[in-house]
Amino acid sequence: MVAPALLLFGLFGLVPLVGVAALSVARWDGLGSISWAGLTNWTSVLTDSATWQSLWLTVKVMVVSWLVQTPIALALGLFQAPRGRLRALFAVLFFLPLLLSAVAIGLTWQALLDPSFGIGSTPGLHWLAKPLLGSPELALYTVIFVIAWQFVPFHALLYQAGIRQIPTALYEAAALDGAGPVTRFLHITLPQLKYTLVTSSTLMLVGSLTYFDLIFVLSGGTGGPGTATRVLPLSMYITGFQAHDMGRASAVATLLVVFGLGLSLLTTRLSGFTRMDSQQEGM
Amino acid sequence: MSTTVTKTRTPATERRTVPSHRAATPGPVRKNPVPGILRRALTGGAALFWTAIVVVPIYWLVVTSLRSKSDFTSDSPLALPSHPTLDSYRTVLDGDFTTYLLNSVVVTAGTVVIAVAVALMAAFSIVRNAGSRFSRVSFRVFLLGLAIPLQAVIIPVYLLIIRMHLYDSLLAIVLPSAAFALPITVMILVSFLRDVPRSLFEAMIVDGAGDWRMLWSLAAPLARPALMTVAVYDGLQVWNGFLFPLILTQSGDKAVLPLALTLFRGQFGIDVPATMAAVVLSTLPMLALFILARRQLVAGLTAGFSK
Repeated sequence: MVAPALLLFGLFGLVPLVGVAALSVARWDGLGSISWAGLTNWTSVLTDSATWQSLWLTVKVMVVSWLVQTPIALALGLFQAPRGRLRALFAVLFFLPLLLSAVAIGLTWQALLDPSFGIGSTPGLHWLAKPLLGSPELALYTVIFVIAWQFVPFHALLYQAGIRQIPTALYEAAALDGAGPVTRFLHITLPQLKYTLVTSSTLMLVGSLTYFDLIFVLSGGTGGPGTATRVLPLSMYITGFQAHDMGRASAVATLLVVFGLGLSLLTTRLSGFTRMDSQQEGM
Repeated sequence: MSTTVTKTRTPATERRTVPSHRAATPGPVRKNPVPGILRRALTGGAALFWTAIVVVPIYWLVVTSLRSKSDFTSDSPLALPSHPTLDSYRTVLDGDFTTYLLNSVVVTAGTVVIAVAVALMAAFSIVRNAGSRFSRVSFRVFLLGLAIPLQAVIIPVYLLIIRMHLYDSLLAIVLPSAAFALPITVMILVSFLRDVPRSLFEAMIVDGAGDWRMLWSLAAPLARPALMTVAVYDGLQVWNGFLFPLILTQSGDKAVLPLALTLFRGQFGIDVPATMAAVVLSTLPMLALFILARRQLVAGLTAGFSK
């Protein structure tokens, strides 16, 4: 009875994984026939400074996103964890971005940040009347902010679930020992959240390789202004589906796969994280 | 028999969010695990700050959709509309919105039904044959699947869909979407079915039940909460999915809502209120889902990732 699932997933998940590597040594415009290209796609991708710039942007989005989202998500998780009516109301509000599609979020923020008719034309908020998405210096940070807007609620949920699992006995024992709130946070909450922190960070880092929909919409499908927000997935899309060079795009996609798998291996190794770990240290 | 079992068992995915399981751990249950004024000030401040950041754009989205085109340029952005009107909604609904809505419903329903049915069969078989090598390898395959980014394999998927003569059809979105929903769906269902006592299955075998009957009359009813969770979660993902529709369909009458929203932008141009009305309309079904099935939604989002 596993067969149908394996078949479906094999066809659209595993075959393409091999296929993308195969296509990276092929010449194909997306419509006509496919022919052997040898390593030309690879030499052209790896010697093109645009590829390295895309890679650099991808890394930048990844690192800055992590630095922005983790503290906010952790703080929100701490806030949401205790039960109560007011907190439940807040939790509902925080949740709203998770219901919106990336396209809906992109269109809303794009209009909201419009320098002439957007939020910047509100009295007192004129400092926002800048081309936040139109200037090459600001666009990437604006994109990172909107990404945070979309994903912080999800990570806050993870932290909230993690915090609710911490045995209260640990805090009681610490209180008996006279530990203050800061000590308790540093020596109980944070270590107990190790598993959640690793999970959330892995999802954030690996996930940041795949930010496509939102950046696509915010930049009008160009990864612009110029190439200011052209991260790897966008570069792949533009090369393949706009410039009709599927072979070259497949080489970029293969980079993405390697990068993604490497990153998830690295984060799980470095943190010494395995699912077999006891999640209740000291109990 | 199955009803009593359902009552006593909480699904693995929900157990994390349901408070009652905490009562099972010894010691008093305290409401607030991290007390202290400092924590309250810091987290409360962060919460207020982030609430503003979350709420202001959503508020703006709604009030803008209720403005007329002329008021949009003259009203202050965050003020209530000076002449509230549903004209923008009328503009959107007079267009092809219903076609897009129907496409989204068909794609979402088709994907969820296929993914959940196929995943339940797989999960059942994996759990029932836990000892076999084949089972273990299949489970590994789905675990690996969690790490495959959609974007990275979209070109071969596009090639496959063309060769299968499915390009520019709704089925072209349904099949890959279902395939990519499988890893997480199988994982959640496996972790749920693992907790079903073996004795229940053995009792059914004694009664002469085959695999299909066990699946249909024992596993499926028992797993209902988990099935709800994965269905709601997969549904949300597919409803909001953009990459597959963008790459695998082309004509306007095959567009699903997220793709249609980008078309609206081209169509309405500077008519921002109409674009925002389309955004609101496309989100309403998910808002309804959130109101009706909030617990399943939260459980689905955190299941498999939090423990």
